[in-house]
Amino acid sequence: MTAPLLHLDSLTKLYKRGGLFGREEFRAVDNVSFHIHDKEPQVFTIIGESGSGKTTLARMVLNMIRPTTGTIFFKGQDLASIRSGGARRRFMKEVQPIFQNPFEAFNPLKRVDRYLYMTAKNFTDAHSPAQLDAAADAALNKVGLSIGEVRGRFPHELSGGQLQRVAIARALIPGPSMIVADEPVSMVDASLRMSIVNLFRTLRDDLKVSIIYITHDLATAYYVSDRIIIMRKGEVVESGLARVVLENPQHEYSRLLKSAVLSPDPRGQGVLIGDSAASQQARASPHRQTINSQS
Amino acid sequence: MAQIPASSVQNNSHVLETHDLRAYYRMRYFGIDREVRAVDGVSMHVRKNEVYGVAGESSCGKTTFIKAIAAAIRPPLEIVAGHVNYSFIKGDLYAMPAAERSAIRWRHLSYILQGSMNVLNPVRRIHKTFEDFAFRHMNLGRAEFDQAVKHHLERLRLPAEILRAYPHELSGGMRQRVCIALATLCKPEFIIADEPTTALDVVVQKDVLAMIRETQSEFGSSMIFVTHDLTVHANVTDRLGIMYAGRLVEEGRTADVFANPMHPYTAHLIASLPKIGDTQSRNALSGSPPNLADAPKGCRFHPRCPLAMEICRHENPALTTLAEDHRVACFAASTKVQPANDEGSGEAKTLEMAR
Amino acid sequence: MIAVFRDLFRYNGEFAIGFMIMVIILGIAVASFFSPYEPIDSYLVALDAPPSTEYVFGTNSRGQDIFWQLTFAIRNTLAFGFIVALISRILSLAIGLVSGYVGGAVDRILMSINDTFIVIPLFPLLVLLYFVLRDDMTWFVLALVMAGLGWAYDARLIRSVMISLRTREFTNTSVFSGMSMPRIVTQEHLPYVLPIVFSTFMNNMNWSIGLEVTLAVLGFTDVDTPTIGGMIFWANQHSAMVSGIWWWYFFPTLFVTLTFIGLFLLSISMNEYIDPRSRLDRMGNS
Repeated sequence: MTAPLLHLDSLTKLYKRGGLFGREEFRAVDNVSFHIHDKEPQVFTIIGESGSGKTTLARMVLNMIRPTTGTIFFKGQDLASIRSGGARRRFMKEVQPIFQNPFEAFNPLKRVDRYLYMTAKNFTDAHSPAQLDAAADAALNKVGLSIGEVRGRFPHELSGGQLQRVAIARALIPGPSMIVADEPVSMVDASLRMSIVNLFRTLRDDLKVSIIYITHDLATAYYVSDRIIIMRKGEVVESGLARVVLENPQHEYSRLLKSAVLSPDPRGQGVLIGDSAASQQARASPHRQTINSQS
Repeated sequence: MAQIPASSVQNNSHVLETHDLRAYYRMRYFGIDREVRAVDGVSMHVRKNEVYGVAGESSCGKTTFIKAIAAAIRPPLEIVAGHVNYSFIKGDLYAMPAAERSAIRWRHLSYILQGSMNVLNPVRRIHKTFEDFAFRHMNLGRAEFDQAVKHHLERLRLPAEILRAYPHELSGGMRQRVCIALATLCKPEFIIADEPTTALDVVVQKDVLAMIRETQSEFGSSMIFVTHDLTVHANVTDRLGIMYAGRLVEEGRTADVFANPMHPYTAHLIASLPKIGDTQSRNALSGSPPNLADAPKGCRFHPRCPLAMEICRHENPALTTLAEDHRVACFAASTKVQPANDEGSGEAKTLEMAR
Repeated sequence: MIAVFRDLFRYNGEFAIGFMIMVIILGIAVASFFSPYEPIDSYLVALDAPPSTEYVFGTNSRGQDIFWQLTFAIRNTLAFGFIVALISRILSLAIGLVSGYVGGAVDRILMSINDTFIVIPLFPLLVLLYFVLRDDMTWFVLALVMAGLGWAYDARLIRSVMISLRTREFTNTSVFSGMSMPRIVTQEHLPYVLPIVFSTFMNNMNWSIGLEVTLAVLGFTDVDTPTIGGMIFWANQHSAMVSGIWWWYFFPTLFVTLTFIGLFLLSISMNEYIDPRSRLDRMGNS
């Protein structure tokens, strides 16, 4: 039996909040376990609102921070055993990140192509300028760009959607088997958003890369994911096949999340009136309403 | 330029009218001049008791448009041409003395902004912030003012205890609700909401949106609601204007715009919205929004437009009424639909002359 | 680089004035190499002559030509300020970068040392050192001592900038591009830190020159090396004010003041120019 691609075993991350009087413990991630098998590539989505611990989880999977307890196995290797520079580099060749804000992902004072060349130089056999150029161009072609559009450009000369695609191209250069994308479309313009999400499908189907897609947006999650987990305050509340979970959520919180998603079909004027929690509460207890109207 | 009469709005069922509004950023850094045409000839109106949505991507000029209608213009931003008229002021907003302009703020014209932390003073309790903003405008005694604030919170079904809290003690959603209460305290005729729910979680977002809509209909205020999120527009606004690269490209009743988008840009935006329960593959638009310091000639959408024709490269299409209460700025759409009347042609002339 | 300089000179008034003042000051310092007199020789010219065509700035009671004396003084004072600033910048850069990027225990240790240096009262310490070292306290030793005391504030500043840079996402992109830590610090982060080093360089020169002048006027330095403070010290020793030899005070004071103003103007104009926000806006134009 082969080891799964990624296996998280009861992962917990505690942060200590230092106060003047005593320290408070805060569980950013609480006893999370899941695994991504390596039979076929998939888009694995982690859904959560702010404070759900989804970004902390992503950073642990990327080996940027260490869990307080629990272990992460990537292709059977415990991430805690990665200590030397060489081991770190071998891990990065397999697992690459995409970050939330494409405008922040590249140094504004440096040219964007630099990161493509650096990645090619450090993780592939390419060494001569021509080889590096070819490696960067090949990766950019996969995301619908070419080196000519990127060469010598500074980040502010490209749009958010272009930058995010360059970031994905950079992550593809080492030929990773997994990409961790933390809220990759939340800062990208609406007309460009689908190009990124569609790209994830292409990466999975054509390049056989598994993707951990972290988001708060249920609609794109439904569109692109194979499996999902829903997190709340560090805990996994529901997991399973994306379509099944999102079409028929079982956990109370998942249902709440789904009911809060606005439908893009216009429902005419004032559809939300009487929909707020306060007014529903007021309707449910007319007694309180009369007190209100008296004063 | 068309002559606009200097007495308030032209149509008395309108609360806000703008005529060919142009607001540019003019910068000078070490001898290099730069002009960013962030709002370039926007003519629109907001009717009484309606929520008018403004949609657009980043740097399409929607924030600048809001600054221009809220008289929050600071260098390097300048109003280059055009008029802003409100029903509650005489004449043009920019013809008013600055003191009068600041007197209408909060009393007649108020705001709900994205970062509620920037509105609420972090070191003052909420009731102090209410005093700072609204006491001057209400012309009430101290006790009466406190009573009015309490009554207002009750109407909005907010607990009175929040008045004694500091902003950091409240959740993001509650802070935004407090900002809505603050913005509606003086029962203003006009409210500007700039991405009021963008920073909020999904669950909270829906509730805050519902509260905005409830409050607006209860007080009969008119509202401009700006957000990039079309699903929010679908649920909140009565009429919708789509901005692209500093110009209004389509405007109509929200339901009409969603059911029958006529501008190719709008059509693409609406078609690309993902929905739960629908995995049908959605195409993305190639290219990216133009840099407004160096915008393309003619129709600013033509480099990305699947319907682009020769004329689009040279001439800027005017907003033309193509269906009842539905205006579109697109040559391709205009040729498909016979213009319902000739209302748009006057505007077309002014736009051409300014070019 | 030349284009930057030209733009600054053309569009920034502070820079133009500061630059011209510093050119004059440096010109005078360079003139010292062509002096007809040795700096420490005395009784070479007529005593107490007021400014005239023969002696532009007059002469003093020790038989020295004040103009030529001043050329040496300015040269030594500037060299002093430069050395203090250079050494202390190297210290603050190294400590700030390491402390900010590595963090953790290293950061805590370095910053506790740093804070100790911030709270040490400098002036009494320097006077004490003078009494201990006496004749061994040459201006170079003084420069080393002051450099060793003058890095702490700016190291803390650089550290805070580094901490914010470390949490920026492009740092993570660099890490996952396979770059090593020294490479990330020197190539990705240094462009943000160097402007701080440049602008604090001028401020640090001003600070050290001011302190040196104060010490010299009171006689707590090596008075045989002519510096601007030293000139004022000798004028005091000869009661120049009482005897009405105003030019002995006036010219050193004038030139040290000009140096202060020149360095200050350069510092603020560069500060404005290298502010990352305005730098990005300018890049948007090019």
